Amino acid sequence: MNLDILIVGVGGQGTLLASRVLGEIAILSGLDCKLNEIHGMSQRGGSVVTHVRMGDDVYSPTVLEGNADYIIAFEKLEALRWSYYLKENGKIIVNDQEILPMPVISGKEKYPSNIIEHMKKTYSVLDIDAISIAKEIKNPKSVNIILLGIFCALEKIDLDLGLKAMLKYVKPQFHQSNTIAFNKGYEIGKRY
Amino acid sequence: MKRLMIGNESIARGAYEAGVKVVSSYPGTPSTEITEFIAKYDGIHVEWAPNEKVGLEVAIGASIAGARAMSCMKHVGVNVAADPLFTSAYTGVNGGLVLVVADDPAMHSSQNEQDSRFYARSAHVPMLEPSDSAEAKKYIKLAFYLSEKYDTPVMIRLTTRVAHSQSLVDEESRNNIELKEYKKDVSKFVMMPVMARGRHIVVEQREKKLLNDLENNEINVNRIEYRDKKVGIVCSGVTYQYVKEATNASIFKLGMVYPIPTKQISEFAKSVDELIVIEELEPFFENQLKAHGIKCHGKSITGLQGELSTGAILEKYLGKTINKPNKNLPNRPPVMCAGCPHRSVFYALNRLKCTVTGDIGCYTLAANYPLNAIDAVVCMGASVGMAHGFDKAKSEKSKNLVAVIGDSTFVHSGITGVINSVYNNGSSTIIILDNSTTGMTGHQDNPTTGKNIKGEPTYKLDLEMLLKACGVEHVLVVDSYDILAVKNAVKEAISKDEVSVIIARRPCALLNRNYPKPYYVNQETCKKCKACLQIGCPAIENLENNGVRINPELCVGCGVCTQLCKFNSILQEV
Repeated sequence: MNLDILIVGVGGQGTLLASRVLGEIAILSGLDCKLNEIHGMSQRGGSVVTHVRMGDDVYSPTVLEGNADYIIAFEKLEALRWSYYLKENGKIIVNDQEILPMPVISGKEKYPSNIIEHMKKTYSVLDIDAISIAKEIKNPKSVNIILLGIFCALEKIDLDLGLKAMLKYVKPQFHQSNTIAFNKGYEIGKRY
Repeated sequence: MKRLMIGNESIARGAYEAGVKVVSSYPGTPSTEITEFIAKYDGIHVEWAPNEKVGLEVAIGASIAGARAMSCMKHVGVNVAADPLFTSAYTGVNGGLVLVVADDPAMHSSQNEQDSRFYARSAHVPMLEPSDSAEAKKYIKLAFYLSEKYDTPVMIRLTTRVAHSQSLVDEESRNNIELKEYKKDVSKFVMMPVMARGRHIVVEQREKKLLNDLENNEINVNRIEYRDKKVGIVCSGVTYQYVKEATNASIFKLGMVYPIPTKQISEFAKSVDELIVIEELEPFFENQLKAHGIKCHGKSITGLQGELSTGAILEKYLGKTINKPNKNLPNRPPVMCAGCPHRSVFYALNRLKCTVTGDIGCYTLAANYPLNAIDAVVCMGASVGMAHGFDKAKSEKSKNLVAVIGDSTFVHSGITGVINSVYNNGSSTIIILDNSTTGMTGHQDNPTTGKNIKGEPTYKLDLEMLLKACGVEHVLVVDSYDILAVKNAVKEAISKDEVSVIIARRPCALLNRNYPKPYYVNQETCKKCKACLQIGCPAIENLENNGVRINPELCVGCGVCTQLCKFNSILQEV
């Protein structure tokens, strides 16, 4: 198995945890793995991207443009911004949330409309209102876990292996609630 | 067992395993996490120094005393530490001495993209450059070994993509090495002219010996990977990974990037039809190879700026078409956080139409729209010296002049600027943004916070007392959130014909996240004047119907915006 994944969002949304869980999935699957993340000034509310690569031998820590199998997006505009990394039959799992960037907040630019419809013309897009689901299961901070669950189901990663990887990076007091979130995402993913 | 580690953690792990005993560094992206990870191990003295020069000097002292010692910094930090670096190359070491430098090609979080390899060549110290985390650990251990074997400081160069990429690393146990015996030796450790002349000869001999051992594979750190022999590529660091993936060429991988074995590379060149050098930033290898009469090319393909990648090599070298980003999307630039105490200070400076020399930190973002409140930023501490120079130039704009600097940056290299301004009859106004932390690099403690790197209590530098001792009579302390107080303090300070310092004090909004209730806009009384948008808070949104709203998910209840609203239309939720 060779998999190239981009996790994209806005600084502070918790993309790093998601990438670490994917890294653990690679290790548990006996694969080589590299992750690339951004620290520093660009994190302050800026656009952030984490690269995840797994396979028999991984060299570059970053994904080649046009070669990503998946983009897991925590925010819509970021999904669109990074979509050029996706390969032709690649998939976008996108959280249906808008976070306005500064040029939009200040009225200088407009947030693009119909992002999901636009992306669907070119890519296979799974859009999901993960915030509502997170609220439903009374764990508003579990958006990233739900998206990970969806990814694991789409990629047919064993549920128990995915759970084990996720729980390694979640504090014990949140194990139960995040297990529910992960299962919920996995169920949604299985339906696609 | 193998574990995923970022390059920086792997350097920390390797230093621990190599028996490092003293580490002194100054934070700077992308190097910061090295020292933070080392602080988690017991049995090592780890500290944040006030700047890179002190950090390296501490490491030099520990090395002379017989301990393995290390100092870590970002590329521009080496400029600050260059003075001790160059002369420590003359003294050599006792315990192994390693300087880790993290370069930032593409300037993800830096003010320039200088190439640290030139420092190794100028100072005549060997430099290693790993290509992933596993190699980072191997090389730091090798660096300590080489340092002691050849009696020289050794540099390790990382770039952002190695420092902040995770890959699999094997953990091994710590080598608990004994302190080496310290013997007084003034001819080696006291660098006055007569001794230094002798040591300069030693430096040249050492480098010759090291290069000879490198050419003879006694130092086993470079390697050749033969693939297609039509093209041979010389590369190092993360670029090796890109080359490996993008091409099928034969590779001469340099693990040691200074000095380089030109005899071996010359032989390699003969074994392939064409020799290419693929390196980020400067033509460091290329020019050395050309100087040795080895026919090659590189920078004519890759250019001098930014990072390379698998895609960049496919495109620039192999002429492939690579997907490009959509340029018509709104940018999402980094911004000061909601509740950031810097914002209100810069808003006040904007309103007062001040000319502002700025400094390095999150607050550099105040140069952007809508605050537009910074005129010049150069390097750590420069705001203070630049303000004095601007003042002495007596331009029309010198009258409303203010220097702005953060607390950690002030301790790093702003203090000497203040001493200079007072000593030379300056009249500039300096604002110290005291947010009780080193914010941009991820909240490190510093001498003004009263805590050390391990979070233990220590002496808290008293800025007011320090400034008085420097001869600043006019020191004012204001609450950063209080726009009127900041304005009044600035007006008073710039009217004085002496150096004045305003300490704008308020902790970073990310430190204590026990936020009060958010604010909201009373749409019935709001006159849509949009004065509140002028402060550039990410929680205040311009609505399409021409109104304004406060996003309750982002608002942290600082209430600064209420000071901008003349109609009392911004209210706090109850």
